[in-house]
Amino acid sequence: MENRPAGPVRILTPVGMLGAGWDEATMERGLALGVDVITVDGGSTDSGPYYLGSGTAKTAAQAVARDLRSLLRAAARADVPLIIGSCGTSGTDSGVDWVAGMAAAIMAEEGLDLRVARIYSEQSPAELKEHLDAGRIHPLPPMGEIRAETLESCTHIVGMMGHEPIVEALQAGAQVVLAGRATDTAVAAAYPLMKGMPAGPSWHAAKIVECGGQCTTDPRAGGVHTTIDADGFTIEPLDPRNACTPYTVAAHMLYETVNPFEMREPAGTLDVREATYTAVDDRTVRVEGSRFHTAERHTIKLEGARVTGHETMSFSAVRDPLILRDIEGWADLLRTHLRRRVSQTLGLTDDDYAFDLRLYGHNAVLDDLEPETAPPREVGVMLLVNAPEQATATAVAKIANPLMLHMPTPEMHYLPSLAFASSPAEVERGPAYEFVLNHVVDSITPTGMFRIEHGDTRHGDIRHGDTRHGDHHDTNDHG
Amino acid sequence: MTPTTTVDGPAPPRTVGDLALEVRSKNAGPFWVTMELFMRDADGYRIVADEAFLDERVIAGLYRVEAGTIQLFRIPSLNVVKISFPRPVSQGSLRDRDMHAGQHHVPLAALRVPHMTPETTPQTTPDVSRG
Repeated sequence: MENRPAGPVRILTPVGMLGAGWDEATMERGLALGVDVITVDGGSTDSGPYYLGSGTAKTAAQAVARDLRSLLRAAARADVPLIIGSCGTSGTDSGVDWVAGMAAAIMAEEGLDLRVARIYSEQSPAELKEHLDAGRIHPLPPMGEIRAETLESCTHIVGMMGHEPIVEALQAGAQVVLAGRATDTAVAAAYPLMKGMPAGPSWHAAKIVECGGQCTTDPRAGGVHTTIDADGFTIEPLDPRNACTPYTVAAHMLYETVNPFEMREPAGTLDVREATYTAVDDRTVRVEGSRFHTAERHTIKLEGARVTGHETMSFSAVRDPLILRDIEGWADLLRTHLRRRVSQTLGLTDDDYAFDLRLYGHNAVLDDLEPETAPPREVGVMLLVNAPEQATATAVAKIANPLMLHMPTPEMHYLPSLAFASSPAEVERGPAYEFVLNHVVDSITPTGMFRIEHGDTRHGDIRHGDTRHGDHHDTNDHG
Repeated sequence: MTPTTTVDGPAPPRTVGDLALEVRSKNAGPFWVTMELFMRDADGYRIVADEAFLDERVIAGLYRVEAGTIQLFRIPSLNVVKISFPRPVSQGSLRDRDMHAGQHHVPLAALRVPHMTPETTPQTTPDVSRG
């Protein structure tokens, strides 16, 4: 093992999320600057629990395939590793296989022969229950302790890997690492850490690049190029017309973080309190003074989602000022009538189903936090029904239909007709999900909860959602 | 008629949003929301960093959350005040009307600032370096 730091490590991050796309000129520019590794984050919980709950991706397959083709060609041309984290949005095993299947097909088309490693991060409730019984699972604020039933109720649970499983895959010779759920930062920190770069600058740089161009003056202009060395890191945008400034780079530590000075990773905590941000020129920034405090306990954060019921949505609209001047009274009346009709026709009580009536244009977004009181010009009326069965949710929405069409205000002596947006008005949304885990597991080893599968997936027969727990798919019937 | 400008110059700022480059909110993971006030200059920063004007109790009132759960950071080097608290409505649940919590900065941005003109803006620098 080499104890002295090697030379600087150059990271090319063309975009903040796989599938979001970039101008190929920015990729060329990044390659021209010289790179040692290419990294892209493939996921997030930001768009809600559906993607983890259902094990499906937010991004279009065609958009991911376009980006993958560019990445694989660039990695092959520069002969550097490519690391993609949180494959398939939520990093479920099905998400890793989805991206791996596309990568295999693209490499076959492009005549590329890169060694691929897939890292699976999905967790079995049975194994987690052992951790729970042994007292190794702890809540993070604002959550409380979990019960075994909560683990069992999840459709998918993933552990967020740190850099260690990625490093292990790279050291075993992988040129393309397709990781399941990983911290956004582990994706970019893994390679410099493996090359002996100090932890403070490696993790800090990784945090700054994880959203691509978000740390620049024009976040729409593409990704960034970062060089990490023994004392800090230097960052510039790929687009020569775009700029990193000390302000944009420092401010990115605020983005989507609870605490702007500290960020917990599985192995410890990034601390940027003492970091300095200096302009090298008018578009390049030097950062020094970042620290990383190794934790006493290595921990893996869990994410889990479960079904809350099935939802049906209906959408109508009001333009008549006679209704709009008392839109709250109108909505209250509609709620009362809907409950009564559901009880009368379906025999359901309030505990058997739930609905949310939202007045878009009035106060739908902020509800009772809305500071404005001026009357709206028009209001979109969204009814969202949640019930254990889809048929029940739809029945409630259909019972609401005549009300959303003809509901008068208390003062009206006639039935108005309101503006439905579509026919039929009801849209079945399928299962609805919620996040239920915000807990960490004390890791026995940093890599123990993750499964690394090596092998050329070019000839694999990987179907979406059917690869779990170390199944090999080295068949030769690729078609 | 444009009421915003008079012969005496532009009307004085009225809200936190008027003094800011950007006021934004966003999820910080599924269970937290975080907001930032990016102020235009040190004068604007002094106003929002003043705990007599903006503190955990004010945020608790604006967002109907418990003051004890709120984390507030004052960052003079960036002219930023950052506020984080647990999401009152679980992300993606039936009653979540803002999936990314990206529109919840509005009540904060609409907060009225004490009336002052450039002439009456305090020129002294209060101690805002705590934390």
